[in-house]
Amino acid sequence: MTESERFPSPARSDRWEHLRRFTDARIALGHAGSGLPTTAHLAFQAAHAQARDAVHTPLDVAALMAALNERGWPAVAVASAAPDRTTYLTRPDLGRLLSEESQRCLSEPITAPDVVLVVGDGLSGTAVQTNALLVLDALVPRLHAAGLRVGPIVVAEQARVALGDPVGALLQARAAVVLIGERPGLSAADSLGLYLTWEPRPGRVDSERNCISNVRAGGLAPAAAAEQAAALLTAMFAQRRSGILLNTTAAASPPELPD
Amino acid sequence: MAFAHTLAGTRYVFPDLRTLLARASPPRSGDALAGLIAASAAERVAAQMALADLPLRHFLTEAVVPYETDEVTRLIVDSHDGAAFARIAHLTVGGFRDWLLSEEADAAALTALAPGLTPEMAAAVSKIMRVQDLIAVAAKCRVVTRFRNTIGLPGRLSTRLQPNHPVDDPRGIAASILDGLMYGSGDAVIGINPATDSVESMTALLAMLEELRLRTGAPIQSCVLAHVTTALKAMERGAPVDLVFQSIAGTEAANRAFGVSLSVLDEAWEAGRGLKRGTLGDNLMYFETGQGSELSSGAHEGVDQQTVEARCYAVARRYRPLLVNTVVGFIGPEYLFDGKQIIRAGLEDHFCAKLLGLPMGSDVCYTNHADADQDDMDTLLTLLGVAGCTFIMGVPGADDIMLNYQSTSFHDALYVRQVLGRRPAPEFEAWLGAAGIADTGGRLRFDPAATALPPALPLPQEPS
Repeated sequence: MTESERFPSPARSDRWEHLRRFTDARIALGHAGSGLPTTAHLAFQAAHAQARDAVHTPLDVAALMAALNERGWPAVAVASAAPDRTTYLTRPDLGRLLSEESQRCLSEPITAPDVVLVVGDGLSGTAVQTNALLVLDALVPRLHAAGLRVGPIVVAEQARVALGDPVGALLQARAAVVLIGERPGLSAADSLGLYLTWEPRPGRVDSERNCISNVRAGGLAPAAAAEQAAALLTAMFAQRRSGILLNTTAAASPPELPD
Repeated sequence: MAFAHTLAGTRYVFPDLRTLLARASPPRSGDALAGLIAASAAERVAAQMALADLPLRHFLTEAVVPYETDEVTRLIVDSHDGAAFARIAHLTVGGFRDWLLSEEADAAALTALAPGLTPEMAAAVSKIMRVQDLIAVAAKCRVVTRFRNTIGLPGRLSTRLQPNHPVDDPRGIAASILDGLMYGSGDAVIGINPATDSVESMTALLAMLEELRLRTGAPIQSCVLAHVTTALKAMERGAPVDLVFQSIAGTEAANRAFGVSLSVLDEAWEAGRGLKRGTLGDNLMYFETGQGSELSSGAHEGVDQQTVEARCYAVARRYRPLLVNTVVGFIGPEYLFDGKQIIRAGLEDHFCAKLLGLPMGSDVCYTNHADADQDDMDTLLTLLGVAGCTFIMGVPGADDIMLNYQSTSFHDALYVRQVLGRRPAPEFEAWLGAAGIADTGGRLRFDPAATALPPALPLPQEPS
C-alpha cells in the first residue's frame, strides 16, 4: 500500500467535474471539511489579486505617449479633477471633470476635429496598457481612410467615461470615442470598453452613448472592436446622433458605464 | 424644527430631522459624496447625542421627505399603527435603545411593536448602536414566512441558490444548480438573475426550474429576477411564476428610476397571489435593496443613505414578502468604501428590517474596486449568522460570472451552518435526505448518482 493510498488527500474532489464544460462558474471545486480545498482557495485569491492590482496600477502615461509619438499621432496628456486614486474611487463626479490645468491645456486653439479619441485609465490601467494601442492601430487608419479629421489623442488619468464630454466640448469635436478600462472581474482584469458619443458636451447622459465592451484577448478582439467602432461612427456621422436613437446594424450592446 | 447639542464647549445646530439623522450616521463614502456627512467626529457624536434625546413621538410629526410629494412617506404615515406604538411612545431614541437591549424586549414584544415603528425610528436608533447592539437585538427578532417551505425558524439559516450565467445558457445554469443542491443550498429560493430581461427568457428559465421541482418533489420556490413588469407579462402568459421579484428604493423618485410604483407592485402582488402556487403559505414577494441606490439615481431627497434604505422596508412590508435582502457591497466604493463600511451597513440593514418585521437576508458581497476582500466577507457572514440573518446567497465559488462581483459560496453557507449550528428550512432538510443528497445523519453525500437530480436537469447523465 502506497503512502497516498494509506493517507488519501484530506481535500475531496467533487464527482461532477465533467459539468465544468457548460459554464465558467466555479463549480465542482471540491471541499476540505466544509471549506474550499487549498488549490481552489488560492486560485480565487490569485484572481482577486489580479483584479485589485488592475484597479490600482497607474497607467504608464509616458510609455503610452511615446508609443503614440512613434506612430506620428499627436497626443496630449490630461487629468481629471480627481487628484488621486482614492478620491477617484469615492468621487465619480470629479472623474467626469477636467482638472483646471487640463482645461487650460485643451483650450489652446486648434482646428476642430471630426473625431476625438480619448484614452482613459478608468477602473483598469492594465486594460488600457494591454489593449488600447491594439484598438487604436486598427481604428485610426480606418478613420483617416474615411476622410475624418482625427484630433490629438487625449490620454487621461483618473478618468470616467463622461470625461470625454468636456474634452469633446473644448476641442469642439463632432464625435468622441472614449477607450477606458472596465471594472475588473475575477475572470478578466484587462477588459477595455469603448464609448462613442455624438457631439460630446457636458450634460450628455448614458442613453446618448454607444458602447462596445469586453475588448480583450479572450473577449472581443481589439481589431474587431475597432471595426465595430468605425461602423458606429459611420452611422453617427450619417444620422448626426448616438445612443439609443442611433439606427445601426453594427453589433453594439446598450451602454453600461463602468462607474 | 432645529436641533442643537453642545459638546466640549462647541454648540452644534442641525436645522431639521433629516440633517440630524445624516450627521448622526456612522461614516460612509456615500454620505460624503452626497455632502451630508458630519464635518467632524465631534459633530457626529453631538448629533448622536441630540438624536438620543429626541422623543420618538417627534418622528410622527416631521417627515424626512414631504408627505405631499412622496408616496413612500404617505405609505409610512398612513399605515402607522398607533396602538402598537403606544408601548414605546413615551421613550426618546436613547431610551428606545435601552429598551431594545432590555429583557422585556423579547421576540413577542418585538413582533407586537413592529407595525408601530417607522423606518426613520429604526434608522435613528441604529445610528446610536454599536455592532454588538445591532446583532443582539436582531437576534431576538422572529420573522417566519412560508411558500413551499418555512423560512426564518429559530436555529435555521436559509440560502438562495444563485446559478447565474452570462448568456442564460440552460446547461450552464443547470450545472450550477446541481452544484448548489449537492452542497445543500437553495431552500430560500433558486433565484436566477437573467442576462436578458425578456418574457421569453424568463419563461424558458422558469420552465426548467418547474421541471426540476416537479420531477424531484423538492419543497422549493423559484424566481427569475426580471423586472416586475416582465413578471406580470409572464404571468399573463401562464408561466409558472412562484416568487415575484423587484429591486425597490426608499423614495418615490428612486422607485420611478427603477420603473416601479406602489400601484405596479400592488398589481404584481395581486397577480402572484392569484396563481395560488404556494402550498404552505402565500408569502411570495421577493425584494432586493441596498444602501446608495437612491443617491445613484439622484433621488435621495437629501436623506442619508442608511435612513433612506430603511424606508425601503416600509415598501417591502406592505407586501408580506417571503424574502428581502440587502445587496450590501454591490453598489461600489463611492457608497460603501471598504470592508469596515460594508460590514456595518450589512448589520444596520439586517437590524432595521428585522425590527420592522421583515424576513431579512443579505447578499454579503463586494466588487473589485472596493477596498474589501474575502476576510471582510467572512467577518460579515459570521456576524450576520450570529444576528440570526434569515438567508444568504449561494454562488458557485463566491464568483458571480454574470454580475461580476463576489458574493458568498455554497461552502460559505456550510461553514456558517457548521460553526453556529444552523440548519436549512425543515421541509428542505427532510427532502435533502429523501432525495439522497444527504445521508440519514444529515451529512451531505456529494454523490449525484445517488440522487434523481441529473435527469431532472438539462444535463448529460454520464461523464463524457
